[in-house]
Amino acid sequence: MTRAALPRVVLRRVVRTLPVLLGIATLNFIILHLAPGDVVDVLAGESGASTPEYMAALRHEFGLDLPLYEQFLRYLTNLLQLHFGFSYRQNQPVLNLFIDRLPATLLLMLTAMALAIVIGTLLGMIAARRPHSWLDHGVSVLVLISYAVPSFWFGLMAIVVFSVHLHWLPSGGMVTIGANLSGPALLLDLTRHLVLPASTLAIFYLAVYARLVRGTLLQLHGAEFIRAARAKGAGEWRVAINHALRNVLAPLATMAGFQLASLLSGAVLVESVFSWPGLGRLAFDAILARDFNLLLGVLFISSVLVTLLNMGTDALCVLLDPRMERLA
Amino acid sequence: MKAEIFKIDWPVVFAIVIPLPCDAPVSGAAPYMTIQRRDLFLGVSHLTLAALLGAEFALPAEAQAGAETPSKGGTVRIAVDEPTLLTSAFITTMNIGMVSSKILEGLVAYDLNLKPIPALARSWDVAADGLTVTFHLRSGVSWHDGAPFSAADVKFSLLEVWKKLHPFGRAVFANVTAVDTPDADTVVVHLSAPALYLFNYINTYGAQILPRHIYEGTDILKNPANVAPIGTGPFVFKEWVRGSHIQLERNARYWQENQPYLDGVIFRFIPDPSARTAALENNEIDVALGSLIPVSNLKRFADKSKYQINTDDGRFLASIFLAQFNVRRPYLQDRRLRQALLSAIDRNALARLVWQGYAKPAMGPVPSSVSQYHSTSLETYPFDLKKAEALLDEVGFTRGADGIRLKLTLDSGSASSLEETRAAEFIKQAWSRVGIALELRTLDTAGFLNRVFTENDYDVMISSLHALPDPTLGVQRLYWTKNIIKGAPWTNGSGYSNPELDQVMQEAAAEADPAKRKALIQTWQEIAQRDLPILDLVELTWTTVSTARYHKVTSQGDGLFAGLQDAYLLPQS
Repeated sequence: MTRAALPRVVLRRVVRTLPVLLGIATLNFIILHLAPGDVVDVLAGESGASTPEYMAALRHEFGLDLPLYEQFLRYLTNLLQLHFGFSYRQNQPVLNLFIDRLPATLLLMLTAMALAIVIGTLLGMIAARRPHSWLDHGVSVLVLISYAVPSFWFGLMAIVVFSVHLHWLPSGGMVTIGANLSGPALLLDLTRHLVLPASTLAIFYLAVYARLVRGTLLQLHGAEFIRAARAKGAGEWRVAINHALRNVLAPLATMAGFQLASLLSGAVLVESVFSWPGLGRLAFDAILARDFNLLLGVLFISSVLVTLLNMGTDALCVLLDPRMERLA
Repeated sequence: MKAEIFKIDWPVVFAIVIPLPCDAPVSGAAPYMTIQRRDLFLGVSHLTLAALLGAEFALPAEAQAGAETPSKGGTVRIAVDEPTLLTSAFITTMNIGMVSSKILEGLVAYDLNLKPIPALARSWDVAADGLTVTFHLRSGVSWHDGAPFSAADVKFSLLEVWKKLHPFGRAVFANVTAVDTPDADTVVVHLSAPALYLFNYINTYGAQILPRHIYEGTDILKNPANVAPIGTGPFVFKEWVRGSHIQLERNARYWQENQPYLDGVIFRFIPDPSARTAALENNEIDVALGSLIPVSNLKRFADKSKYQINTDDGRFLASIFLAQFNVRRPYLQDRRLRQALLSAIDRNALARLVWQGYAKPAMGPVPSSVSQYHSTSLETYPFDLKKAEALLDEVGFTRGADGIRLKLTLDSGSASSLEETRAAEFIKQAWSRVGIALELRTLDTAGFLNRVFTENDYDVMISSLHALPDPTLGVQRLYWTKNIIKGAPWTNGSGYSNPELDQVMQEAAAEADPAKRKALIQTWQEIAQRDLPILDLVELTWTTVSTARYHKVTSQGDGLFAGLQDAYLLPQS
């Protein structure tokens, strides 16, 4: 019954998603064109000087001299044919640039998310064991700090401590450039580079999971099935993991889907601090350079990914909690 | 004839940059307090600077030993800002030049006095009438793909690339009527009028030679070689991983025997200034080029046994930090107001406090590093608040009930350096003392360019610009009436127009006699310094911070764009 319902849920979501994507594309286009200046201004500014004739020729070549609605129609037509355009500033098709950067972002994002969920859940469980005890308060304070302190500051401090003073870990980059490693050595090298940025990101996100897990577990405090489990002699950890934690999974999955979306673009500062070659920086640089083709492409593909992630989350929720099916 | 001045592409610095713990605390809320605190460090920074200057003449013993016999091998890791292209032949972006100069070469390079020294041209001569210039090229040079380099490559680059597409080249080579190549090693350039300034802009940054066999008949701006260049230089392009690094390998067939010494060069992109500082301290990079380390962090590299700070590499650019008035505004048209506002800025303090000594006060439109033309006899408007106030009263800007004479806006681009942001705060404080209230406005680069050069909607703007070794190339553009071009960045954005000065500048450009030219440029500076559409505030120093292992046999005035064939790394101790 549950599993059979899944395709229907997915299909319904897909149909519902299409107008949303169209709306996103339109909004992106409008908002970006409200910014003063265009990519030709930036190119001319960077090149030192330019004649108005040359700038006009560039605008013509890039299609920036067309009326805005025509540019928009062109953009939509290209989008429907899955043409994401060309970045004139980077001299590369947008899709290539996106795909080049995607693995780095996914690696960082998924690692950070996994760390955040595992550590956050553990902290939440510890806090929920004895509510309002010193341990609970300790965890609360810790979580509050991790949520409140800007992540790039954590990043810089981590560099100062672990790279500059202790020399344990590299301060940035994704692999040791020029080392030409392969196999396990490459994996180790990658892991060493991943530790600091992933932890830095995770520190921020784990706060939400800790709070979520603690709250949900406390709600279950007097629940009958928990008392039943205790009555049959299950230890506290067993009760927590086998019985109580299952109830946390659905909200956890929802929250994770939500946060994955924000991670996709939200890691700009951490990527910058650790010179991680990810999507956030690509998008950020594109904003400064008014490289709208690139930016529109990145935003659109990201929004497609986010939509897919949301659908995945919904599907997961249905699997985790059959009651959700009726809601979907 | 056109001459250009342009924008330093400062590293994109995040609005939020947290200094490393050892830094003097910087509080955005109380800029003036911050500056005063920095005063306390002055003694220290002067000592450090003196020590650094001394270091040039008395290198540590091991470094001297190294200088005699460069060690071979090793790969130098250099931090730069990620370029968008790897060819400088038609674009002047600095970070492109800093990378491409290792792969592609020019006719000459420049020594510390900005005199040309041979690169791909062995020697050159100028006819007595100044109308013919002959370059004798090196023979036996080949491109990285094996094709021979010849005079035809130079001719193609000059006529098809520099003269047509390069923002400066159009001005530099405007007088070129024809180029002859009597044999494979000789290039004869014919001019319609003398153009002495030509010799000041033909290095790999100003006039990079491209391979004709790759570019001829193609759309030069879109040629794939622009991002995977084929050059004659000491290093061969290997790979560019976007967002991460560029890797170059040793050119085993380089024309200079036994060079390059290094096995390769890796350019790493580290966007955050504090992270760059940490990477250099953690021995993850060897060199940070082009002032990538903020001046507030330079004291972390004061230990001469571990680090070196080179302040000569950017002499060629002759960069000036300046404030420009929008003289279209009725209330900014009286030059006495502008003179008063210059007197109200203590340029010594500005250079000392904001740039911590890695800069010196500017005394005119032509910086002192351009020693051939720099004038020392100009009116300099020394810091004098009383005089400034008297002058402001005279112009009619009297203090109102709130003590304010005039409210102005000051625009800057957010992509500018940390130092520029602090300088804006310094100017705000300085002018408030004579009753001028400044509102600071910051936009990102595109917005800033749009506001200043397209909308002309500003009172005062600050920026850092390269004056370049020749005023005709670097300074004229800022003052020239014909260069008031709406919509084109880094033109005459002040709207200042003076037919008398136009005449002098045009004569200076076409003058063949060096002495007469110098006299004309003197007059030019006097007029510019009298009218002051632009306040030249500080001559900037470009720093190259490196570990003590890194050495280069010859110092260059255009060291930012050096090929590094003579660079080497001492063995790890």
